[in-house]
Amino acid sequence: MAVVLVLVLIVVGSVLFHLLSPWWWTPIASNWDYIDNTIIISFWITGIVFAAVVLFMAYCVFRFRHREGNRAVYEPENKRLESWLMIVTAIGVTALLVPGLFVWSRFVTVPSDATEVEVVAQQWQWSFRLPGKDGKLGTSDTRDVTADNPLGVAPKDPNGQDDVLVEAADLHLPVGKPIKVLLRSIDVLHDFYIPEFRAKMDMIPGSVTYFWFTPTRTGTFQVLCAELCGQGHPLMHGVVVVDTEQDYLAWLGQQQTFAQLSAPQQSGSANQPPGKTIASNLGVAANSELSRSAQ
Amino acid sequence: MVDVTPADAVPPAEVGEVELYHPHSWWTKYVFSQDAKVIAVQYSATATAIGLVALVLSWLMRLQLGFPGTFDFITPEAYYQFITMHGMIMVIYLLTALFLGGFGNYLIPLMVGARDMVFPYVNMLSYWVYLLAVLVLVSSFFAPGGPTGAGWTLYPPQAIMTGTPGGQDWGIILMLSSLILFIIGFTMGGLNYVVTVLQGRTRGMTLMRLPLTVWGIFTATVMALLAFPALFVACVMMLLDRALGTSFFMPAIVEMGQQLQHNGGSPILFQHLFWFFGHPEVYIVALPAFGIVSDLISTHARKNIFGYRMMVWAIIAIGALSFVVWAHHMYVSGMHPYFGFFFATTTLIIAVPTAIKVYNWVLTLWRGDIHLTIPMLFALAFIVTFVNGGLTGLFLGNVVVDVPLSDTMFVVAHFHMVMGVAPILVIFGAIYHWYPKVTGRMLDETLGKFHFWVTFLGAYLIFFPMHYLGLMGIPRRYAELTDMTIMTESAHHLNSFISIMAFIVGFAQMVFLFNLIWSIRHGREAGGNPWRATTLEWQTPQTPPAHGNFGKELPIVYRWAYDYSVPGAKEDFIPQNVPGDFAPSKEPS
Repeated sequence: MAVVLVLVLIVVGSVLFHLLSPWWWTPIASNWDYIDNTIIISFWITGIVFAAVVLFMAYCVFRFRHREGNRAVYEPENKRLESWLMIVTAIGVTALLVPGLFVWSRFVTVPSDATEVEVVAQQWQWSFRLPGKDGKLGTSDTRDVTADNPLGVAPKDPNGQDDVLVEAADLHLPVGKPIKVLLRSIDVLHDFYIPEFRAKMDMIPGSVTYFWFTPTRTGTFQVLCAELCGQGHPLMHGVVVVDTEQDYLAWLGQQQTFAQLSAPQQSGSANQPPGKTIASNLGVAANSELSRSAQ
Repeated sequence: MVDVTPADAVPPAEVGEVELYHPHSWWTKYVFSQDAKVIAVQYSATATAIGLVALVLSWLMRLQLGFPGTFDFITPEAYYQFITMHGMIMVIYLLTALFLGGFGNYLIPLMVGARDMVFPYVNMLSYWVYLLAVLVLVSSFFAPGGPTGAGWTLYPPQAIMTGTPGGQDWGIILMLSSLILFIIGFTMGGLNYVVTVLQGRTRGMTLMRLPLTVWGIFTATVMALLAFPALFVACVMMLLDRALGTSFFMPAIVEMGQQLQHNGGSPILFQHLFWFFGHPEVYIVALPAFGIVSDLISTHARKNIFGYRMMVWAIIAIGALSFVVWAHHMYVSGMHPYFGFFFATTTLIIAVPTAIKVYNWVLTLWRGDIHLTIPMLFALAFIVTFVNGGLTGLFLGNVVVDVPLSDTMFVVAHFHMVMGVAPILVIFGAIYHWYPKVTGRMLDETLGKFHFWVTFLGAYLIFFPMHYLGLMGIPRRYAELTDMTIMTESAHHLNSFISIMAFIVGFAQMVFLFNLIWSIRHGREAGGNPWRATTLEWQTPQTPPAHGNFGKELPIVYRWAYDYSVPGAKEDFIPQNVPGDFAPSKEPS
């Protein structure tokens, strides 16, 4: 009988835990509340199935537990019941899949007015590149990466000269505008992940991957690496600040272009991009310590 | 009407009696034995021993996650070595080896009514190559640089680079070599299991009379024979990339500011090869568990398994479908996004045959005569954890839901529940069930109940709350969870709680091990058929069964494996080798 009680308690306890525990997703900051809604649908459907199966089991154990003289019923098959169960299951699965695929098609269809922003990962820090006045990012190649050109921007590409480079510092984005993030790695796999945006995507050396989102509220959000990238993986944090349009433009005006950064006479401490937050300074310090220990 | 005469039964291939190899010395009887039952025990003991290493590694991980900063010796490097070895050992060297090498070897010949595996010598070799694979794996703990810390998925490029522990030392080389050896060893055993099921069945044992245990192990073995070659190829190519500097998986790369010589390789190709193996691998572990648990439920509920034919077809359907879902592990890998539509659809379709299996298990309980023996308790616990873990699979398989949850603790909780806890609960149930046949004695019931309750409830308390850490966005494979804005104080407390539960559950396994050893001598005498079961392994003339299993004459099979509580029959079970018609049996024909 303890089994019956425990089975019932597992259902009740799991449901109560789900409803009452303090552990839940972070407040959303992007347009992907569609994904949150799909998760809610999934919780409902799966929760009902879980409770139904386990409670039915508890009932069976209670009702049909062995007592002297009991004998089981001999019933090898019941085609009607089996067909019905299969149909109901198929309907439940479809109810999960259809909204899921619908939201996925949105997720993979980038709006034509989305601004491109490039994220470049390396062990174990984040850098960013924004298109300059021409609105185009220059080409890039891992083979072009040098100490003076850490992001591997093609030195001869005219489109790349006015690109804004944010090396190992915070990225700012304007609120309310769709962003297509182009993701690139120069060493191993990484994954650009901001929990509040609900989106993530791996970064693969030699390829450019992408996803899109629209930031829906201003604030400071932490970037996490979500693909194991070596021993510095858990410290590979970055910062994305979502600004009002005005603040964003002010920040953008302080950044340096590829041409400015690669001109030797201009590289001095006076031109260090300002505005690093304490958090990112900590992150960079930890990163450089790690790279030293690796050498 | 049931076909009761063996003449009606389709005989399997005409295999005459073959003289078995008779051991001449202690060495050939107990060490270099060709008896599948001895090989089964060897496989099981080796898998359990290496499994204990994985258990200790999980404790070390939980020490770090539950009490961060307290244990200085757990550096990030060490942590990644622990998770990698824990994962690989549990999936390959414990679960695969125990289900197929252990249960497969013991049960297939006995359950199909064969004297031994069809190729006993190759079967013996299979174990020794497996042991070598385990030794190579263990040696990496003592190699310079230690074992690899690339994660059990071994994704290049990081697996063979300096930023990863063992990447430029011995670790990754030993891991890849060990996997290659494992696959060679498994292939020798696997061919045996398949051929024995197809060619070695006794008279009257048609395919549709096989116990579901055999169906599960058989289908899993066929899948493994088709899936492991993909891993084999991936391992060989990565070994070449690492040792000879080829570029199968390595594109142009900058390592710590230095341009490497690699060019033109594809990191994502490795992921496709890995998961072409890796997803079927989930079912290679799950299908034997499905089969075994069906037989446990049927025997201990004294009722035929409900919908036997549907159960067989569900096993086959799951096995086939599992080869076209692999990229659901790669939704956020950067592969072409349109793949998502296809793989999400195939993945969710698998839920249908899987759900049918669950329904049929609980419908077997319905109007049964449920004996709450320890195997039955574990079977019930399996259903709870499997349903829980299977349902969260519907989250992760549904491509867009996977986007926020992928690579978080939600994934860790999901796969531990569905392919860690659930199959291991079946293994425990199966050990309590078949131990009397292997040793002739029962396992101690009081210790067994303690083991059951602590393991079941403890494991549920570990992994159920863990899903919610993932929902918060906490990534997996983080050696430390400090300096993270999403990480709350209460989440740290939850992590400590999970760790404490992990230590308790681990301790309960020591009690189980004690029971295993103590009962060999001190357990209650079991007799030949303590559970009053129908299948052939319980009808052997000796317990434990002697070499050759069935005495002078092989049994002849007259009925399916589930004639429990047949109306009109005196006993509530009729063994498969008992002739005669009792009642309007509705055995599927």
